[in-house]
Order: sequence, then structure tokens, then C-alpha cells
Amino acid sequence: MRLSPDQRSALTSLWLAGPATLAMVVFIFLPVAIVAVLSFTDYQFGASSFNWSGLDNYIKLFTSSIGQRAITNTLLYVAIVIPFSVGFGLFVAIGLHQMSTWAPRLSNVMKTVYFLPVAATLVAMSVAWQMVLHPSLGIVNQSLAALGAAPQNWLSDRGLVLYTLAMIGIWQSIGYNMVLFLAGLAAIPSDLYDAAEVDGAGSGWSRFWTVTWPMLGPTTLFVMVVTATNAFRVFETVATMTKGGPAFASDTLVYALYREGFVYFKAGYASAITMVFFVFLLVLTLLQFRVVEKKVHYR
Amino acid sequence: MSRKILGRSVQTLLLSVGAAFILLPFVWMLSLSVKPRDEIFTTDVHFLPSRFEWSNFTFALTETDIPLFLWNGLVMVAGILVFQILFAVPCAYALAQRQFAGRSLVFGLVLGALLVPFHVTAIPIFLGFAQIGLLNTFWALIIPFIPTAFGIFLFRQFFAQLPSDLFDAARVDGMSETSIVWRIAFPLALPAATAFAIFSVTAHWNDLFWPLIATTDPGLATPPRGILYFRDQESGDNVGPLMAAAVITTAPLVIAFLLAQRKFIQGIASGGLKG
Amino acid sequence: MSNILELRDVTRVFGDRTVLDRVSISIRQGSFTTLLGASGCGKSTSLRIMAGLDRPSGGDVLLDGKTVSGLTAYERNVAMVFQSYALYPHLTVAQNIALPLTMRHLSTLGRVPVLGSLVPGASEARRMILAKVGETAEALGLGELLDRKPGQLSGGQKQRVALGRALVRDPSLFLLDEPLSNLDARLRVRMRSEISALHRRTGKAFIYVTHDQTEAMAMADQIVVMIGGKVAQAGAPRELYERPANRDVAAFVGHNAINFLEQGDGIEIGNSVAGLRPEDLSPDTAGTLSARLESAEYLGSEIVLGLRSAKGTEIRAIAPGDYAVPAPGSELRLGFSPRKLHLFDATTGARLETAA
Ligand SMILES: Nc1ncnc2c1ncn2[C@@H]1O[C@H](COP(=O)(O)OP(=O)(O)OP(=O)(O)O)[C@@H](O)[C@H]1O
Ligand SMILES: [Mg+2]
Repeated sequence: MRLSPDQRSALTSLWLAGPATLAMVVFIFLPVAIVAVLSFTDYQFGASSFNWSGLDNYIKLFTSSIGQRAITNTLLYVAIVIPFSVGFGLFVAIGLHQMSTWAPRLSNVMKTVYFLPVAATLVAMSVAWQMVLHPSLGIVNQSLAALGAAPQNWLSDRGLVLYTLAMIGIWQSIGYNMVLFLAGLAAIPSDLYDAAEVDGAGSGWSRFWTVTWPMLGPTTLFVMVVTATNAFRVFETVATMTKGGPAFASDTLVYALYREGFVYFKAGYASAITMVFFVFLLVLTLLQFRVVEKKVHYR
Repeated sequence: MSRKILGRSVQTLLLSVGAAFILLPFVWMLSLSVKPRDEIFTTDVHFLPSRFEWSNFTFALTETDIPLFLWNGLVMVAGILVFQILFAVPCAYALAQRQFAGRSLVFGLVLGALLVPFHVTAIPIFLGFAQIGLLNTFWALIIPFIPTAFGIFLFRQFFAQLPSDLFDAARVDGMSETSIVWRIAFPLALPAATAFAIFSVTAHWNDLFWPLIATTDPGLATPPRGILYFRDQESGDNVGPLMAAAVITTAPLVIAFLLAQRKFIQGIASGGLKG
Repeated sequence: MSNILELRDVTRVFGDRTVLDRVSISIRQGSFTTLLGASGCGKSTSLRIMAGLDRPSGGDVLLDGKTVSGLTAYERNVAMVFQSYALYPHLTVAQNIALPLTMRHLSTLGRVPVLGSLVPGASEARRMILAKVGETAEALGLGELLDRKPGQLSGGQKQRVALGRALVRDPSLFLLDEPLSNLDARLRVRMRSEISALHRRTGKAFIYVTHDQTEAMAMADQIVVMIGGKVAQAGAPRELYERPANRDVAAFVGHNAINFLEQGDGIEIGNSVAGLRPEDLSPDTAGTLSARLESAEYLGSEIVLGLRSAKGTEIRAIAPGDYAVPAPGSELRLGFSPRKLHLFDATTGARLETAA
């Protein structure tokens, strides 16, 4: 039987777009629906049945001290990483952008250096950081000792560990933010600087405040949201260096979801953590879309 | 004039301090990886070893499973990339250059899928794979990443810019839609494909979350997973080889980055659009 | 002579917009037809429907007397040249020209670079393709450029490659969509005659879309004027010029924009509109029309006069190059031959046949 052209064309489209669409439904949308449903049950991996438990999982997450820990730790981590990572990223980008006019090679080398952590394998680098911060063999404590200061347990001191992780998070993301800022800087038309010069705002700070900063405004917003979404997913460093410890002092949402789900096999509870994580990220991502849109309109 | 020089000096100094901070773990890792055992376990500060101890690398490469981990990583990222492209490119082409019922629905799904981080889907995928006995296989590492909304989106944007006349010409010339996709559209999208490949390979080579969940067989460990096996086995004694292993796993991407910096930065930065 | 192609009452609707409204066109074997019309009138859509790249919402397409609505562009064996050339940017000139042939004569396996040569018959096919590509390229003066990529070619060269890709496969029909509109004026005139020569040499029917009436008049033996998705008139250039079927066609065809005069502009035409071409209207002391001179453009061989009638209608007339132009503001008398007067219905715009 010969198909009509319309039928043939529809079949072709199905053949082209169908597999990817089906894969998206099966591996993205269906799982999201399942996770949402599971979060209202007490299902355990391997169990043959489950009971509906209403909001119990959510209540547990928000009222138990461990659950609260994971949430507040994550928020605190994000709150530390955003300003430092974005601030340093901006500072480095402006510095390298200016340097490229009088020392282009040095500027390029530095750019490579700053970007290195983005390309490097984070787990391997976490193992390296562990050695850098090793209580006795690490260069940091050795240097502190040489200077006569007290050594610290960077990764096993409850009061310190989250800040240490945040520092590594900053270390890892400065280069990425620098690249985004450099793109933003390159997009500033140079005649704006000429105009500022004519208007008497030609030097250093006034240049920055009259031209650079206002023009980078949308980029900065964008970079902040991207940094936040990435910081929210912090997992590799925690899993490698602290496993959430000591005493849940460095527990985060994604690590908690991993531990509860795949170490303790509490699928229902882990699903609730997943949903909370998802909602946080959704809010951020929607914010990001609005920012991207703004950024486009600004041009 | 001298103010300018002073300003530049301060700027260079600050940037160098920052760069030193960035380099610290890299340098320490390299330093430990070539230090003899006794120099590692000392409390004095030495960046350079008194003699280079290559045995750490020999050990990591011959006495441990590091080469296997690298191979696993290679198979996994290659598998993921090939299937991602195989699925994403035709779909992106159809979305950009064909009219069909449900096109805006499919595009809506792509945009929606962009909002879903992988972590969210992990539990049900794990359940499903456990159900059909797929855990602890290469397929378990590859399959969940095949539907790449980001890839479809990226390629669609690229294809939408191409003139539709080009594809009409190919139709008149007798090409089937499938060969148009692979012989016309895809070769033209090579810049986008490179960016996407770099993004995908870096993301999955470095990923720990899913390999940690989907495999428990050390024979299937990817480099990040493998390093942790190695570290946990050696219980902190074998720092030199561990650092050598860390250097070896980081090296492929870092070398690739140093060789193709522009492309790399472009590729990874393009991921900024992704959630 | 028989019709190679026929559109019968073809309608095309996009959403709620009717882009083609019962279009009927007949193309004779070996003829050169232009589709002429303003931008957006549906020329490309018609062409795409002829090619099989788009399908009509209603009506029928016949090739060689047979309905082809079920056939793809490729199965119809038509060649098409696009306004933007549509060359494959990643292939060389030779590969661009060869592509239709490789699709036709080599199996999927045979197209694979090294492996392909092992397929039986593939190497003969390859040789044949190479020879045909060489021939076509020679004929179009592309011999030197075979190894270049389209990005390294000038506009005219790209156009030639696009023509080569159409020529190489010996199609039943050539469809050309504004092929010259991206070229500069001089090159356009030259390519125009090359395309006409190509038409004579191949003896195949050409359908040529343009919005440039000069191009249409110069090349075609049939012009189809399309206005707002409808065929306003189809006929030989001379017929269109001498007997435009309605006001719009009259306005579209002809080098100088036609004048439209009404009752009170100095002629007695009752409740209709008169069309009078500037070239048919010239200063004549015995003329019946009178108007005030406003401007004069000296073009060497002729002078274009801009005038205004007592009623305020703009009128253009053409005087010979040696005409002594009076001062602006003077009243001029203009004469014309009544045979050159076209009368149109004031409301419908349709041509009114005069008794004479
Ligand atoms: N795929 C489509 N969907 C909706 N409208 C369309 C589509 N293709 C064409 N149109 C509309 O149909 C009308 C005719 O288009 P067409 O391209 O045939 O015009 P054209 O006469 O070739 O004009 P031009 O001289 O500018 O090329 C236009 O108003 C156009 O906007
Ligand atoms: Mg057109």
C-alpha cells in the first residue's frame, strides 16, 4: 500500500523526533512524576510494597535536626559561595581584561590558570585538597606551624568544615565566572570608555563605576544565578572529603538524598529530599531564564 | 606615569596571589606524586622533592586498576556522546526545519526537560534499572544521559539559523530526510557539535554522582569512582601513588583543555545556558 | 504542443491565510514561463508546489498529463534553483554538482568513501558522474573552480554552480526562484542571456520566478502575472503589454508606470478609468489633453515629463530627447492615439473592451 505524502511526512518526522522525545519522557518526565509520588510514601528500595504516608517525609525533613541541617548547610554554602565566587570572578576578569592591553601573554596564561579547576576532575582535585589540608602532612598546616600559628582540622572540625568546602567551591567556580565576565567585558563598546574620558570619568574607579559596572549589571545577575544553581548541587567534594560529616556538619541536600536513598535505601524519604532540592532549583532556574531574557533585552 | 606602573604592579601582584591559590592543589598534587615516601610523611614544607620518585606513577599504572578506570571512563563518555548525538541531532533538525503535528509540544518538552537536573531523576531510574537488572553494566552508566535536552536545544538553535532553501535543495536532489540530517545538517553543525562534545565529555568524565549509584562493581568504575576505591583501599598509607592516580585521571581533560583552550572555554561556557 | 505541467485550481492555505487562491497555470513543453508578481503574492509558494516541496490544500498538479500529488520532489525529476543559491557550504563545487547524480546512481553503500569502490558497478558509476560533472562545469565556465568551497566563490560563480547542479541531472523541468536577485545589475543582464541560452540548448521548459517585469519581458514567452495569490493574467509579453486584463496588470507591466486618468482629466470616458502609458503620451500642440508641467527628467534619448491635470491627477509623458522643455508651470497640450487607450471598470478594475 502506498502512503499519502502527508502520512509519509508525518512518519518521517516521527522517525526523526520520536526516539529523542520518547527517551525524554521515559528518562526525565516519568522519573519526575515517580519521584513526586514516592515522596508521599514510605517506600524502601527492595520492598515489595509501600504505604502512603502523606506529608510525613516532608515533615521529617523540615523538623528533624538532620534534615534541617542539610537544608541550612546547603543554603549557607550557597550564600558563601555566591558573593565570593562572583566577586573574585569579576575582579579577576577586570584585572585580566586590562592586563591584556599591556601584557597579553601573561593575561592569557593567568586566564588558563584560573580556568584550570573547571576542566579538572573535581573528585581527583578533592583528593588533592584533602592532602593540602591534611592535619599534619598538609601544606596549609605546615605553613601555619612554620609561622607559629595554630594548625586547624580543616575537614574534621565541625565549626570549620562547611567553610572549607565553600572555599573549595569558590576555588572551583572562579574561573567559570571569570570567563562569563570576560565575555561581558568584551561586549562593552570601547567608545563608551572614550565618552567617559571626555566626560572626565577616565581613570580607574570612576571608569569602573560609570561604564563597566552598569554595563556588566545584567551579566552579573546571570553569573550569580548560574553560580547559585551550581552551588546548590554540591556533591562531589562532600562525597569525597567529608561524607557529610563530622556529625552531619557538612551534610547537604544532594548528599543527603544520596545517603538516604542509596546507602540507607529509604526511597520515600530520599524522594522528598529530591523534591525539595528540585523546587529550590526550579525557582533559581526560572529566575535564570528571566535574567537571560533581560540580558537579551538589555543589548 | 609612576602611578600607572604602581597600579599595574599591585594589580599583577593580586592576580598572581589569586593564581597561586588556584594552583595550590595542582602543585601539591604534582609534588606529592613525585615525592619519595619519607618526604611525604614529614612535617617540613617542601614543594620540590629531593629526588623525583617516578615509582608512584609506575605503581599507579601497573599495580592498581587505574588504567582500567581510565578505559571505563573512555568507553562511558564515548558511549554517552555517540548516543546523545544519534538521538539529539535528528530531533533538533525536525524541530528546526520540519512542520509536524506536535512540534511545539516536543519543543515544550525540551524546554521543560532543561529545568530538570539529573539528580532529580536518579531514584526512579535506579529503581527501574534494578527492576530489569541493568545496574552494574555499562548501559546503566550510559542510557540515562541519552536524552539530552541541552543538546537538542543547542542543535535546534543552530539548525534554525540555516536557510531552509538548503534543505529543499537537498530534497530536490533526491536525499532522504535521514541522509539530509547526517550528510548536510550535521556536518554544518560541527562547531556546535564540538562545543557540545566538550561539554558532555567533561561533565560525564568528572561525574561521581551517578557512577556511585549505578555501579558497585569496581571493574566498572569510572576514574572519579575508581580514585575513591583506590583511596579507601589504601587507608591513607599510599599517598604517593594516590596522588599519581589523581594526576593521571585529571591529565586527559587538562591536557585537552591546554591544547584547545578557546574551544574548551566556549564549550563549557555554553553549558551556562543549561540549568 | 502538449503541456508538460499544469496547475488546476491550486489553493494553498496557511493557517487562516489563503496564500494561493484557485491558481491555474499551464506550461507548454519547452516554453519559458515567468511568474511575475509583487513580493508576497505567492510566487515561491506556487513554485514549491510545482516542485513537490509543498502540497496544495486543494486542486491538482499534473506533470505530463498525470497527477503527481503523491510524488516527492525527487520523484518528479524537476530541477530547482534557489534565490539564495542553496549550495552545500561544506562540499566542494564538484561535490555540489555531483550530489544529485550520486544520490541517483550510487547505492547507500556505494557512497561510502573507500568501501564504496568495492561495490559492484560503483566505480563505473563514479566515472560516469565525474565525466558529467566535468562536462557541466566546462559548459558553465566553472572548470577552474571545481575544488573550491562555495564560501570562496563570487555571487555570479555561486549562481553558476547552482545552475550546474540543476543541469547535470537532465530534469524534465527547470524551476528557478528569483535566481538573479542577489546579483548586481550588470551581472544580472549577463546571466539573463546565459539562462536564455541554456533554455534554448536544453529545450526543456523553464519556469522562472521574478518580481522584475523587465526580466520577465526580456526572457519569457509566457508571463503569468500573480496578484494577491491569484493569477491576474497569463499570456505572451506583448499581449500583456497591449491588452492588460485589468488595472493591476497594467500597472505592473511596462517599463514606465502607466497613467490612470478619470473623467474630468480632459477626456470623455464616463464612469471608467483610462490607462495611458507615458510612452504613448507626448507633447502635441493639437493634443486633446492639457496639464501643467511640474518636472522634467532628461534621459538622453528621451525626456520624462511630470505633469498635473487640472483635477490634480499626476500624469507622466515622454518627449523625444531633442524636445525643448518649456518652463515649469506652463500649460502643455498632450496627444495620444485612441488605440493606445486602455479602459477599465472603475469598481472592478477589469478591462472594458472598446467598440473600436
Ligand atoms: N510556511 C508558511 N507559513 C505561513 N505563511 C507562509 C509560509 N510560506 C509562505 N507564507 C506566506 O505566503 C505568502 C506568499 O509567500 P511566497 O513566498 O510565495 O511569496 P513570494 O511571491 O515568493 O514573495 P517574494 O517575492 O518576497 O519571494 C507570504 O505572505 C508569506 O508570508
Ligand atoms: Mg519568493
